[in-house]
Amino acid sequence: MSDTRKSWSLHLAVVALLLALNFVLPEYHHGNLARVMVLACYAMGYNMLFGYTGLLSLGHALFFASGMYGMSLTVQHLGWSAGPAMLVGLAGGLAMSLAVGLLSLRTAGVAFMIVTLMFAQAGYLAVLYFGEYTRGDEGFVIQKASRQIMGIDLSDPINRYLAALILFATCMFVTLRVVQTGFGRVLVAIRENEERTRMLGYDVHRHKLLAILLSGTMSAAAGAGYGLLFGYAGATFASVQYSIFPLLWVLLGGAGTVLGPFVGTLFMFYLIDLSSDISTAYMLIAGVTLVLLTLFAPQGLVGELRRRSVRWLP
Amino acid sequence: MELVPYLILGLLEGLVTAAVLSLMALGLSLVFGVMRVVNVAHGEFFMVGAVLAWQIASLFDGHPAWGFLAALLVAPPLTACLAVAANQLVLKRIEYDPERTIVATIGLLYIIQQVTLMTYGPDARPVEAPFNHRLSIPLVEWTETGLGLYWPWGLGTTSYKLAVILAAVALLGGIWMLMTRTRFGLLMRATQLDRETAQAFAIPVGKVYAAVFGLGAGLAALAGVLIVPIQQAHYLMGHDPLLLSFIVVIIGGLGSLPGTVVAALLIGVSDGMISVFFSPTLAKIIATLGVAFVLIFMPQGLFGKRSL
Repeated sequence: MSDTRKSWSLHLAVVALLLALNFVLPEYHHGNLARVMVLACYAMGYNMLFGYTGLLSLGHALFFASGMYGMSLTVQHLGWSAGPAMLVGLAGGLAMSLAVGLLSLRTAGVAFMIVTLMFAQAGYLAVLYFGEYTRGDEGFVIQKASRQIMGIDLSDPINRYLAALILFATCMFVTLRVVQTGFGRVLVAIRENEERTRMLGYDVHRHKLLAILLSGTMSAAAGAGYGLLFGYAGATFASVQYSIFPLLWVLLGGAGTVLGPFVGTLFMFYLIDLSSDISTAYMLIAGVTLVLLTLFAPQGLVGELRRRSVRWLP
Repeated sequence: MELVPYLILGLLEGLVTAAVLSLMALGLSLVFGVMRVVNVAHGEFFMVGAVLAWQIASLFDGHPAWGFLAALLVAPPLTACLAVAANQLVLKRIEYDPERTIVATIGLLYIIQQVTLMTYGPDARPVEAPFNHRLSIPLVEWTETGLGLYWPWGLGTTSYKLAVILAAVALLGGIWMLMTRTRFGLLMRATQLDRETAQAFAIPVGKVYAAVFGLGAGLAALAGVLIVPIQQAHYLMGHDPLLLSFIVVIIGGLGSLPGTVVAALLIGVSDGMISVFFSPTLAKIIATLGVAFVLIFMPQGLFGKRSL
């Protein structure tokens, strides 16, 4: 089998496995996995920019929150139904990533990190400032009645799981397709050596901008999906913490791998979940794990797997 | 209401912020400049300094000045030791790779924060200032008999706040001397300019890195000790100062001591002034966007020779 066929088979198998798990998982883990899949979409969006293009952003919460608030505010205050509201969320993410991309791509390296951090911080503060509509830190619950697409009630656990799976599969196959095309290869070339890529005649700036648009829109889709499926929007999702999370998930799972973000999100989610049974200071265990992983598995879990045995992993 | 007393009040509060901020940002800037790594856990060293100050001060009975003095002498070196240990155990092993360092220091941030939460607890606790006299500030005005002084109500500061400003100025001078007049400063600047050439000239780069990381953390801890009589010690207190010192380092330019001080003044004072007149949230939105635009359109900062 060619490498392309192998990787498509592998990823289809992952989706099939997740579909099968829908029928066997106990209720608690069923709900957790739905959550992990939506968050993994966020991580995949982040991975598109960080893992493949090599741009480290510290402000992706801005895109996640754009999607979440674009969706939830139109439902809450304009009374739109969930489907069109979801599109508003996506459009919000697209517009925000275009603006941030055009401005922040004038910088590089550490300056890029700080600029994206600042824009996200301004976004977070804006959510607090317009507390009249967003209810600030407290957030607001999206009513069960408005969480329906084409008559399907998304607050029902099974429907929610399947909707999360559809979103997850879409993001994963988009990523897989992108990294197999010439466009994806140019992104990797930019990550490896920007000057050489420019010298070879590629428009580096345009490629980076497209990567930000793709990454931001995917993150917004995750944000809108999260709000819709779990029925809550709050300022926490716009805070610095939520810009750090996708970075951690991607690094844990393996930057620049298609499955890495999902593996990293799953790993981190259950690490925190399990350790919170033992101790209330669960972030301590998360912190120790982070340090250990950077020391002993810098490629991340999937990245390490690719380095050691499965060389064809995309 | 008259405008002038408000302006002076904003200026004074801003100067205190600027004093503490410049110490902390200088620590970050040194680490950033010499080692080329972003230390996300820098705010936690500030917090550790403040928390240790409370622990140490609570051991002393009698006049609060003794406890505070002991904290001032003991807390920063202790924090520096903690930082050097982190450097040897973690940063050195990942060879100061920029991205891995960020993740490792995020891990450190959580570790330090949670250990503090488990031992010190979630409460905010004050340390009594060694001296705290209320000082009223007179203003000049024209009266019928010529120039006269008057004391507007509420316009004043405390002797401790003034002492913080003076202490910061003295410490900054000390660091300046250390950088320019001592052998250690020379080694540090050589490493900053060109690590490999420095190593070729038998400069122990590894030791310089460890010392700089310790020094940076010690400065943050010192800022924490100085602020704790004004603002209580709490395990989450490191966040805002971390963000502000990033801003200061960016605006001031990489590795430039005068730049750092000017930027700290600018940020501290404008923070004090703006929050007197506008809603604090709006002020912060304007400030963060302002910093982003400075970085985009003036990437080398106000004083730096190199861009980031």
